[in-house]
Amino acid sequence: MLRRTLNRWLGRDERRVDSRNICVGHRSSSNNEAFIPPKFCDNRIVSSKYTVWNFLPKNLFEQFRRIANFYFLIIFLVQVIVDTPTSPVTSGLPLFFVITVTAIKQGYEDWLRHKADNEVNKYPVTVLEQGRRVRKESEKIKVGDVLEVDEDETFPCDLILLQSSREDDTCFVTTASLDGESNHKTHYTVPDTEKDLESLNATIECEQPQPDLYKFVGRMHIYKADQEPAVRSLGPENLLLKGSTLKNTQTICGVAIYTGMETKMALNYQGKSQKRSAVEKSINAFLLVYLCILVSKALVCTTLKYVWQNKPGQDEPWYNEKTQREKDTNLYLKMFTDFLSFMVLFNFIIPVSMYVTVEMQKFLGSFFITWDKDFFDPEIKEGALVNTSDLNEELGQVEYVFTDKTGTLTQNNMEFIECCIDGFQYKYQDAGTDLDGFCVTDGPANKVQHKAGREKEELFLRALCLCHTVQVKESPEQGQGQRDGLMDHVDGLGVDGEGLHPPPQEQRGFIASSPDEVALVKGAMRYGFTFLGFESKTMKILTRDNDVERYELLHVLNFDPVRRRMSVIVRSKSGDTLLFCKGADSSIFPRVRQEEVERIRMNVERNATEGYRTLCVAYKYLNAEEYAQADAGLREARLALQDREEKLMAVYNQVETGMSLIGATAVEDRLQEEAAETMEALQGAGMKVWVLTGDKMETAKSTCYACRLFQRNTELLELTVRTLEDGGRRREERLHELLVEYHKKAVQDAPPVKAGVTRAWSSANHDYGFIIDGATLSMVLNSSSESNSSRYKNLFLQICQNCTSVLCCRMAPLQKAQIVKMVKNSKGSPITLSIGDGANDVSMILEAHVGIGIKGKEGRQAVRNSDYAIPKLKHLKKLLLAHGHLYYVRIAHLVQYFFYKNLCFILPQFLYQFFCGYSQQPLYDAAYLTMYNICFTSMPILAYSLLEQHICMEVLLDNATLYRGIAKNGMLRWGPFFYWTLLGVFHGLLFFFGVRYLFGNPALQDNGQVFGNWSYGTIVFTVLVFTVTLKLALDTRHWTWINHFVIWGSLAFYVFFSFFWGGIIWPFLKQQRLYFVFANMLSSVSAWLVIILLILLSLLPEILLVVFRKPRGPHAGQMKPVHSSAGGHQSPRSSARPLLMRTFSDESNTVI
Amino acid sequence: MVKEEKEIANRPDNTAFTQQRLPAWQPMLSAGIVIPGFVLIGLAFIGIGVALFVTSRSITVLEIDYTGIEKDSACFKCSNADVKNCVCNLVFSIDSLFEGPVFFYYGLSNYFQNYRKYAASRDDEQLSGDLDAFTAPSDSCSPYDYNSNDKPIVPCGAIANSMFNDTFVLYRVVNGANKLVPLDGKGIAWWTDYNVKFRNPSVTPLKNAFNNTVKPIFWPKPAYQLDASDPANNGFINQDFLVWMRRAALPDFRKLYRRITDGEYAKGLPAGNYSLTIAYNYPVESFDGRKKVVFSNVSWMGGKNEFLGIAYLVVGSLCVLMSIVMLIVYAKFKFPEED
Repeated sequence: MLRRTLNRWLGRDERRVDSRNICVGHRSSSNNEAFIPPKFCDNRIVSSKYTVWNFLPKNLFEQFRRIANFYFLIIFLVQVIVDTPTSPVTSGLPLFFVITVTAIKQGYEDWLRHKADNEVNKYPVTVLEQGRRVRKESEKIKVGDVLEVDEDETFPCDLILLQSSREDDTCFVTTASLDGESNHKTHYTVPDTEKDLESLNATIECEQPQPDLYKFVGRMHIYKADQEPAVRSLGPENLLLKGSTLKNTQTICGVAIYTGMETKMALNYQGKSQKRSAVEKSINAFLLVYLCILVSKALVCTTLKYVWQNKPGQDEPWYNEKTQREKDTNLYLKMFTDFLSFMVLFNFIIPVSMYVTVEMQKFLGSFFITWDKDFFDPEIKEGALVNTSDLNEELGQVEYVFTDKTGTLTQNNMEFIECCIDGFQYKYQDAGTDLDGFCVTDGPANKVQHKAGREKEELFLRALCLCHTVQVKESPEQGQGQRDGLMDHVDGLGVDGEGLHPPPQEQRGFIASSPDEVALVKGAMRYGFTFLGFESKTMKILTRDNDVERYELLHVLNFDPVRRRMSVIVRSKSGDTLLFCKGADSSIFPRVRQEEVERIRMNVERNATEGYRTLCVAYKYLNAEEYAQADAGLREARLALQDREEKLMAVYNQVETGMSLIGATAVEDRLQEEAAETMEALQGAGMKVWVLTGDKMETAKSTCYACRLFQRNTELLELTVRTLEDGGRRREERLHELLVEYHKKAVQDAPPVKAGVTRAWSSANHDYGFIIDGATLSMVLNSSSESNSSRYKNLFLQICQNCTSVLCCRMAPLQKAQIVKMVKNSKGSPITLSIGDGANDVSMILEAHVGIGIKGKEGRQAVRNSDYAIPKLKHLKKLLLAHGHLYYVRIAHLVQYFFYKNLCFILPQFLYQFFCGYSQQPLYDAAYLTMYNICFTSMPILAYSLLEQHICMEVLLDNATLYRGIAKNGMLRWGPFFYWTLLGVFHGLLFFFGVRYLFGNPALQDNGQVFGNWSYGTIVFTVLVFTVTLKLALDTRHWTWINHFVIWGSLAFYVFFSFFWGGIIWPFLKQQRLYFVFANMLSSVSAWLVIILLILLSLLPEILLVVFRKPRGPHAGQMKPVHSSAGGHQSPRSSARPLLMRTFSDESNTVI
Repeated sequence: MVKEEKEIANRPDNTAFTQQRLPAWQPMLSAGIVIPGFVLIGLAFIGIGVALFVTSRSITVLEIDYTGIEKDSACFKCSNADVKNCVCNLVFSIDSLFEGPVFFYYGLSNYFQNYRKYAASRDDEQLSGDLDAFTAPSDSCSPYDYNSNDKPIVPCGAIANSMFNDTFVLYRVVNGANKLVPLDGKGIAWWTDYNVKFRNPSVTPLKNAFNNTVKPIFWPKPAYQLDASDPANNGFINQDFLVWMRRAALPDFRKLYRRITDGEYAKGLPAGNYSLTIAYNYPVESFDGRKKVVFSNVSWMGGKNEFLGIAYLVVGSLCVLMSIVMLIVYAKFKFPEED
């Protein structure tokens, strides 16, 4: 029998490879069969990338996979192989520097990872082997080992909980290091396992490792000597994840099922997909242009060289004969090597250092976000978090903001406001006059001062107390042993009565996955029903009469966003089996008797329009037969290995029918601090704000009004199930009709929107707001016919883009991402930003260009997946308007400046070819060629790109409109790029020809001696260094001491270096080209005069431009009184009007 | 205690740097500063420009091409490459006193001293007197490193090999008689080249250092016999050699040949007729080059250079002009941000 069962399992295993079989404690389940233990990976965590041996090749390979590094490597190799004008050192040294620094950094990081790995891998753990406790290193754990873990220890691998020291077979765990949720989570032992683990003979069958932290299916077969094997289902509640910590439990035993790199933690550490910023795309485009310039320069020179050599006597004058080898070389090969030589000569036009500087700017710049004390939230004692520094500048380019509602716009700090029992409204009043704290305020108009029956009231409150997954928090100082004492304390409280001693009452902590539940339990507590906690599957509640009632918890039908409800099945002392269900009205109403619905629906809708979150509560009695059926169904579904979710869902739906509605609750979710001001600022900055929420339309709409996303004069275009059903025709037709109508209204009739115009608050032109719900959206996106679908999508997009704000309610997480993706890929590919705090926002956070997580209450998943995390919504304003704006301006200037300074660096060298017989003679000495980008001109621009504030932060924050000035990648479009390129060309020409005409007579010293070619190059180079540095100084609007230091410092360094470089006969140099060239140059008055002249002449147009452009430039905003008054306009608006008044008066604006 | 520390650790530093609030100077280039600035700069430039221009004008330059391409030119007979040891006489006259000190340059055009291969064709170790490099010249000198008998060439390389070897003797024609004008060959090369960079091997007599080496192919005499009149002016520190080794930047260049500073000519060359005897050795015809001699005096700004003065005048006037334009614009439109 046993064997047959086993064979069946094994047989099934052969068919399905997506599950694994584990013998608990390596005890083979049957003795008469040769059991081959399957191979699993060991428990070594390897997060490091390299070993000592493969570090060099692997790291180099990875570095040279970057296109820029590869390009420089090629240039270097060409220099080594071909006889090129500059020595390989000139490009080899910078490349070597970059590669080495990167390698050292990566090596150090890897060393840290090695250290961390070792710490984890060598951590001692206790393994139970044949009844003995054996200390082992963590890496030696094998799948199937039974481990013992003590309190406050971290689980060394993924474990199935077999035994707990707690009496109720539970243990508490925090997953702070996994998802940041610091609350205690309860995990359960596998039911019915024997207390003596030594004699436990069981196998576990579970799915293959997968990264979802919250999903796990498996089952355990327990073999007892003389019985049928028992089968127990295993779910995430039995699984202890590696990385989480045991709390409030002395010790547990568990069996390892996933080890090492197969643990859920390790699987979750796989890198996120790289997001690339628009600036990077611009850089690549510019790079292409410069590559073209480079290639064409080389081509021009090569061609001209051979044309020139054709003239008699030019190719090989008697004073410069060729070697035999050169004469023998094939002409085409010579042409090719000449081409390569020119490429090498001009390759400095694309500098290695730009990549380094950009990287450094991004890396160092992101610290300013982390350091900003305005982002520090004293409540959570944390500041902003930067997960990637690649997207800093993208923060200044946002066009669409997608925000979650709950926890983002609102605080997710739920407060029980009122409830409605059987159609009567109850509002809690502090220190109520009624003995029981219950007081009816204004019920339905015709039933004033009526109450529902006491029986109903109590049933409702019991339902609130029972229908949840809340746990009572045990404060850390009150350990296990003091639980009874705590209870006494609470009991005593109950006698005192509520309201008199609120502080101790508040001390009572509840822990739940959703703050709504806590609010409801606390709400019930105010009305006299206190939930005391679990005691091994029994829920205890303290009733109004101070009786402790115990209910046996039979099943929890978990909440999920699709069903939008949860239920519990409990058995009371008297033996009645009850099902309590709470959930969204839309999911409860169809499942209850219809005659009860109407009375409550009114209340629910009124509450919803007031901006409250409503939940309906229903119950039903289950008779023994019904319960048995439900119980069997649930157990069977829970055991299923495949499609467990679907099967469970089906059973849930089957059980949750025919209920009776008891009442509804209203919970207030307060707006985040400064939510309205933030939204207003974002809109003022030209961003379009879309609210994507799973909440219902009325609630979401009222939040939008509260946040002033919708104004009084906003005309709402509604495309929801409600409006679709209005016409009484087929939904598709109605959808088509509405879309066309709205399109006409919002897109065709609307005056063309002028960019850069502030939204006029009082002007006649219409604002449109658009509302769509999930069901309609899926109709739009997945219309029956393909052609319609794309057309609807287009219409929808166009309407949305012409609306100031869009509200999408009833969205599933994936739909949120869909919308983001749709906008992201629309015409002009606007930059999108998603902000959210919960797990349901992760998909859109990952999808958008920039994902922002709020360190909210719904765990840390959003934060973990975000690019930036901030504690509060209000911080978004500064993050975008100040930091984002500055970062963008800084990096845009950095990029343009880099291209510019290298163009005017190389252009004279190119021009010199016309005067040296196209022989690839470098104009500058090798040291100058190498040091130009590394030392002489790198620090000022780096300091600029870290510190520049062309407009100071306060002004940026006060005038949101300034953000529009840089919209659409304004500083990195082709226009500015062309301007900078032109400037570079102008400077390059000036430098070269200025000195060229000076050298018409090379006798420049007062002793009649002449200057040679290195003096020529040095004069040009000196002008160059001074001009590009002073050009930057001219652009710097914010001179801190650091700017002064680096700008004047690098000029001084250049002079010092030149003296030094020319002052010594360097033994390692083959040619002492620059010996005393610089000093001699300074002894010539003419050289001084020409340097001053050329610097000034180069900068003159710039100065003129600055002066003439200024009145129209962004700086004007700082002084114009007009703007400050605009800022003043905003503040009175900021004072929040009463929510209700606005909501109702605005309601009339709705179209339909 | 630990908790407190943690909180402090988490809280961002409230320093001016981390909060991006470093005190900063925020200069505004307003018209109020720029216009006077431009006027000042403009006037200063015009001043310098005038000075430069006047100085440049005061410099006298006498430039005579003696390539001998034209049939009627004095050195026509020598321009044929087949003629060896050709000497020609160039006669010219000076109308008024050629103020001294007069500098005597020779000039070459269409001559690419800045050709890359040519420029690299030297061995600085050899030139600094390293005897090891005498026997094994650097590869960069190729094909001027060994002669056909595999003897090392000293000094090696194309630059040294192509050293300019026309020689000039200047006579003042006084009453039909040629009176030698003494030419000073000292101080025509950079002081550092003469004293530091170039070194003869410390072997006496110098000739011995050149044992087992050959002179450059083009040279008539070995390096240790460059100046017969002054034994100290031989080898690598010969001034003419040093001048030649400092390569010109452009294909049209002049190099200092001699200074006329001695005795009666210290004040300058008096008006009168002069005869320049040229030992015509240097072939330039094959590459279409030109040779010339230049007599010039110098000022504080060096030789005659009109470019600098004109450029300063133009830029200075531009500045003034721009400031006037700005002033007009300013008066008309009243830049709103001016206080």
